[in-house]
Amino acid sequence: MTLVPLRSMSAGQKGIIAKVKASGELGRRIRDMGLVPGTAFQVQGRAPLKDPVAIRIRNFTLSLRNSEADYIEVEVEEPA
Amino acid sequence: MSDAEREFLVALAGNPNCGKTTLFNAVTGARQHVGNYPGITVEKKEGFHTLNGTRIRLVDLPGTYSLTAYSMEELVARDFLVNDRPRVVIDIVDASNLERNLYLTVQLLELGIPLVIALNMMDAAAARGIEIDAAELARRLRLPVIPTVARTGKGKDELLAATVGEATKDRAWEPLHVSYGPDVDPALSEMEKDIRGSGFLTDVFPPRWTALKVLEGDEQVLGKGREADPELSRKLEATAARVAEHLEKTLDSYPEAIIADHRYGFIASLLRNGVVRQNRKADRLYLSDQLDRVLTNRFLGPIIMMVILYAVYQFTFNYSRLPVELLESGFTVLGRYMESTLPDGLVKSLVVSGIIDGVGGIIGFVPLIVFMFLSIALLEDTGYLARVAYMLDRVFRSFGLHGSSVMAFIISGGIAGGCAVPGVMATRTLRSSKERLATLLTAPFMNCGAKLPVFAMLIAAFFPERRAVMMFVLTLLSWSAALLLAKLIRVTILRGPSTPFLLELPPYRLPTFKGLLIHTWERTWQYIRKAGTIILAISILFWALMSFPGLSETQRQAFDAKRQEVLRQAPEDVKPDVLGRGQDLGTASAAAWRDRLLAVDREEAESALKHSFAGRIGTALEGITRWTGFDWRLNVALLSGFAAKELIISTLGTAYSLGELSKDEELSLSARLAADRSWNPLQAFAVIVFIMLYAPCLATVTCIIKESGTWKWGVFSMAFNTAIAFALAILVYQGGLWLGVGT
Repeated sequence: MTLVPLRSMSAGQKGIIAKVKASGELGRRIRDMGLVPGTAFQVQGRAPLKDPVAIRIRNFTLSLRNSEADYIEVEVEEPA
Repeated sequence: MSDAEREFLVALAGNPNCGKTTLFNAVTGARQHVGNYPGITVEKKEGFHTLNGTRIRLVDLPGTYSLTAYSMEELVARDFLVNDRPRVVIDIVDASNLERNLYLTVQLLELGIPLVIALNMMDAAAARGIEIDAAELARRLRLPVIPTVARTGKGKDELLAATVGEATKDRAWEPLHVSYGPDVDPALSEMEKDIRGSGFLTDVFPPRWTALKVLEGDEQVLGKGREADPELSRKLEATAARVAEHLEKTLDSYPEAIIADHRYGFIASLLRNGVVRQNRKADRLYLSDQLDRVLTNRFLGPIIMMVILYAVYQFTFNYSRLPVELLESGFTVLGRYMESTLPDGLVKSLVVSGIIDGVGGIIGFVPLIVFMFLSIALLEDTGYLARVAYMLDRVFRSFGLHGSSVMAFIISGGIAGGCAVPGVMATRTLRSSKERLATLLTAPFMNCGAKLPVFAMLIAAFFPERRAVMMFVLTLLSWSAALLLAKLIRVTILRGPSTPFLLELPPYRLPTFKGLLIHTWERTWQYIRKAGTIILAISILFWALMSFPGLSETQRQAFDAKRQEVLRQAPEDVKPDVLGRGQDLGTASAAAWRDRLLAVDREEAESALKHSFAGRIGTALEGITRWTGFDWRLNVALLSGFAAKELIISTLGTAYSLGELSKDEELSLSARLAADRSWNPLQAFAVIVFIMLYAPCLATVTCIIKESGTWKWGVFSMAFNTAIAFALAILVYQGGLWLGVGT
């Protein structure tokens, strides 16, 4: 198990959220969408310009900017 | 109270994309009213449904993921719940996406408001192999849980029966207690006790909820608290700070993070052991995901998007062309009829040029707005609009905008020939306020359909060999101006970090026809009602500016004398034909004399215009506009262009003694300007730049005011755009003079 930032993950890769480092509005929004520690998800893909990133989590698809993904640390099987 | 008189207030709450609006439409049908919450632009929808003599007044709350104080929508929903105290809240939950949807449910339960859960999209859940035991969920939550499929109306009657049942009980609010763990719970209980003891905000919020909000650092609750009881507020905030510090040290976390974790933990335990069963492998690729592989593909995605956006544009403007033309010719016929029946004079001029043109200007936009809303509703309801925002966000974010800004720009004329009125209204799809304001302020820089004839006329006169290139350059120019000025606005008056993106990409769905029609109709009606009065009033004001004061008696007599002189010179045999002006009678010679007579009329119209208030303003402005080379004629035309850009050409026609020009006659103006020695390509280009960027037309300004919720942004857009346009026109003109190009 390794900890990586969500930004560095590649399409198709799976992981479990380890930590959300954001506070304030961004933190609240991230958590409202169900991105809390212990949640499993899969990277669905990236927009044509590599940003934002789309992830599949809790049975829905969420897209977030790389700058937002930076605040999320993920536990992955192997480093990307 | 007898059954026949009962009326219950019921609110509809739920996440975006959970089928809330579909359910609202299914329950209330056409009996709904759309307004705004006081002072803000969030839509408030209300409707009625009668069940066995009980009237349900249903209020559709804005779709939200949570009940925090961060967005306008969430504040509105929250305020409505605690202030209007609906008897029951119907919480619509997307069954195929249960966990995240229940996050809002938990917060509603913590508020304690009586709840009925509509477990919606049961069909979509079943298709994904998700099986939900609604009865078990109802037992665990101790409230009615009704499976529904809003699209087909399935479960609607059971839901309403359960709602009335709950409403009849009239029970007190019973806040749910969720445990937030050993670090938070003791502090929470302590705060709750203090709050209960002193009755702190208890008239609106349950005590534990207030304590929770203080821990979360909720701005609205903190503010209200400091007002109500500063001393207790300080104490509560001190406790919250202590908890925050402790959490930071021991867990490297924040109170709101711990609270969210536990809420999701509560949901997980709620669904465990027998409520939800996943029958198929969870990571199977569903149709929607397969579509996304193509539609958001690195190479295919942008191409398909361009095709779709172009198709939307074509649909909006081509299909509305016929009704727009029909309406226009209807108003023309009406105008002609009035022209021929009313006696000459002020009343006739007011009716024809003031009222009919004004009302025609408002109604003329209606088909455009209908088609624009229809296509946006289609893109939005299918889920494609979210993909557009997803794919384009990277580009638009660089300019301080949002991926969703693109629709507004395209409709406003990003593909030349749009219209800023529906464009500004299209910014409703943007949820983040700063990005939305920046978009609606810059969308009018696009080349709308009313600016195009003016450009075409000037290009035909001064750049006849390079028409296509020039139009392309102008399109690029307007996009650059809009994006760069958006950036300028976002780093100055609308400064601040971008609103978090975090956009849900909902599964692709087929929209319901009824939903599309209801959306389109209600938004169009809002436009007609609100824009109608203001635009009519100002169009009458403009008519007055251009008609008063009329020429003096001596001036009029001088023109009459000129006409008599023409008639005196005309040979006797053609005179009857010459006097029958406007009819296609008589010989070539009679026609020639008639033209001479008309020339006098036009000369009179020109001097009447120069003499009018508008003309005087135009003349006075020459002092400043000499920097851009504009004379009084152009100034008056640009002034009239504020009422509607279409008027620029017809006013220029009057000012150059060509008579009032219709759209097909702009060639004569083109030829006239090309021959004029005070005009040259440089001057024409400066005028084009100015017209592209200066104050939006009246209808657009009205929409900006309506969409931004304050007249200030309307005034700002007029002043800012005109200032920018003027500065750039000076740059072009003086720069050109200095370099010696185009003269």
